[in-house]
Amino acid sequence: MEFLVASAIGVMAAAGIYLMLRARTYPVVLGLALLTYATNTFLFVSGRLTVNAPPVIRDGITTYTDPLPQALVLTAIVISFGMTAVIVVLGLRSYLESDTDQVDGKPEDIENENLESVPTAAERKADQ
Amino acid sequence: MSHWIIFPILLPALMAPILLMGARFDLVLARIFSLATCVALLGVAIRLFLAASDGAVLTYDLGNWPAPFGIVLVLDRLSALMLVLTAVLALLVLLFAIDGDDARGRHFHALYQFQLMGINGAFLTGDFFNLFVFFEVLLIASYGLMVHGGGPARLKAGVQYVFINLVGSSLFLIAVAMIYSVTGTLNMADLARQVPQVTAADQALLQAGSLLLLLVFCIKAALVPVHFWLPSTYAKAPAAVAALFAIMTKVGAYCIIRLYILAFGADAGDAAWLAAPWLLPAALFTLILGAVGVLAARYLGQLAAFAVIGSMGVLLSTVALFTPASLSAALYYLLHSTIAGATLFLIADLVANRRPGHGDALSVAPRFSQLALLGGLFFIAAIAMSGMPPLSGFIGKLLILDAARSHPTAIGFWAMILGTSLLVIVGFGRAGSTLFWKSTGEPGSFVDHPRRNTLGYVSIGALLTCSVLLTFFAGPLTRYLDATALQVYDTSRYADAVLLPLPQFIDGAEPP
Repeated sequence: MEFLVASAIGVMAAAGIYLMLRARTYPVVLGLALLTYATNTFLFVSGRLTVNAPPVIRDGITTYTDPLPQALVLTAIVISFGMTAVIVVLGLRSYLESDTDQVDGKPEDIENENLESVPTAAERKADQ
Repeated sequence: MSHWIIFPILLPALMAPILLMGARFDLVLARIFSLATCVALLGVAIRLFLAASDGAVLTYDLGNWPAPFGIVLVLDRLSALMLVLTAVLALLVLLFAIDGDDARGRHFHALYQFQLMGINGAFLTGDFFNLFVFFEVLLIASYGLMVHGGGPARLKAGVQYVFINLVGSSLFLIAVAMIYSVTGTLNMADLARQVPQVTAADQALLQAGSLLLLLVFCIKAALVPVHFWLPSTYAKAPAAVAALFAIMTKVGAYCIIRLYILAFGADAGDAAWLAAPWLLPAALFTLILGAVGVLAARYLGQLAAFAVIGSMGVLLSTVALFTPASLSAALYYLLHSTIAGATLFLIADLVANRRPGHGDALSVAPRFSQLALLGGLFFIAAIAMSGMPPLSGFIGKLLILDAARSHPTAIGFWAMILGTSLLVIVGFGRAGSTLFWKSTGEPGSFVDHPRRNTLGYVSIGALLTCSVLLTFFAGPLTRYLDATALQVYDTSRYADAVLLPLPQFIDGAEPP
């Protein structure tokens, strides 16, 4: 189980970092989401992996799982969810105002043949 | 202890929703409420400052849970000092914002109060997961403030700012998880007791975690190599927001001072002085980069941003010497550089508004209204920021040089501080002469600015007065800061004060 959890965290973090290094906002948001999943799982297992053990004290039971990381990860999930929502809205607003979803705002810097086929926000507005 | 300690968090936390819901359509009402809250915050901060000034470490157990188990707020000289600084800066910057900036978008005042709540919370908390939560509070408010008023350039910088801080938050959580997994505690005072007992096998996890945490604080404090977000963020943010953000870099510096002296200081066994070998070179590089940036800046806002980076370099390289004397000098410089940095952003904004077509670019433009007044204010602020006599920057750097005298790297350190000061003076001299002197000789129509910006000038004047006061009262202040530094280094007393006193049990029985 340790191997499974550790490799899952590793794969998620690697995919997240790869996506975060992309030039456009949307993959970066996805990358951030993956990175926060990896982080949350990592935070969760910091209380050690225990199966079938209660988190609160009960009579006749000697092995417990650490309840604190579970509380921490709940907080972290809520915060990262809120933050992802904020960055999606900001990214969208930035795209609508500057007509490009490049993170650094310079569309000519990357070569992407698909870029031309996507109409800009201004063109779409003109079409309507 | 009384309930005063939680007021700096509670007051803005209660006022922000009232501003959001009750005063959303009435700007005048919002301004009155926001201003009143800032005045009250200053009063509370001074009250706490007086309570902490006798050297007591006061704690506030949230929900009356005793310290290692519940979240605890801790008030000592250092956090009281930071609270007063935040309250003074918040009040004066708010005066500037009320002068018109706050009407450019919605909910400025509500976000401003949430921001203050986060900053005050970060200074007060004694629990590092709670610190993460307050970081998120101040960050999410700062995202809103950063893009206040909108515009493509500001939004672009805002998106980048949010991205880097979200990555920082993830790193923070990973670091917290690593430290928790080997020490089993989240309380800073308890951490100070657990760190020396960590076994050799777990040292790698502990040290990696705490260095990762240092990286997160360095992102906040804009240290090389994680400073890239600061120049574009501060230069593109609205002036009042950039001025308030001057305290945000200091939140990072405060956390480094607090945690790396308390938990990873002299008593930490194998992990003793963990931050020192990394912090000093990074801070010195930051210092050089800030000075070169000031010299190379093409806009006044950019110049101010690089001056802030340079001042963070001075501050943290002094902290990184890790002696009580150097900490005392660093704290004086912290007070000074926050005030001076904020003033520069406000002046840059007034200049930019008066030069249509030029903005705050360092270019020769036709004369503009109030040129002499703004030039004079810029001159005073530049003297303060670059560390020339007679203002507080000079005293700050003098204290720093004096504190570094007996350190083994003293000669190199002195050369760095003095050399970069020269670069900063040249940079400011170039900017001032281009903006104000050369512009007076430029032919062209006198551009009249319709607004007087009286409140804006009051705000800048008051900030510069603070710098003058720091100079006049440098004697008593440095005595207080010496005591503060000794208290920060007296880690066992801090741990005893936070952990030992068991609260009264609910049924009134005395603890055993």
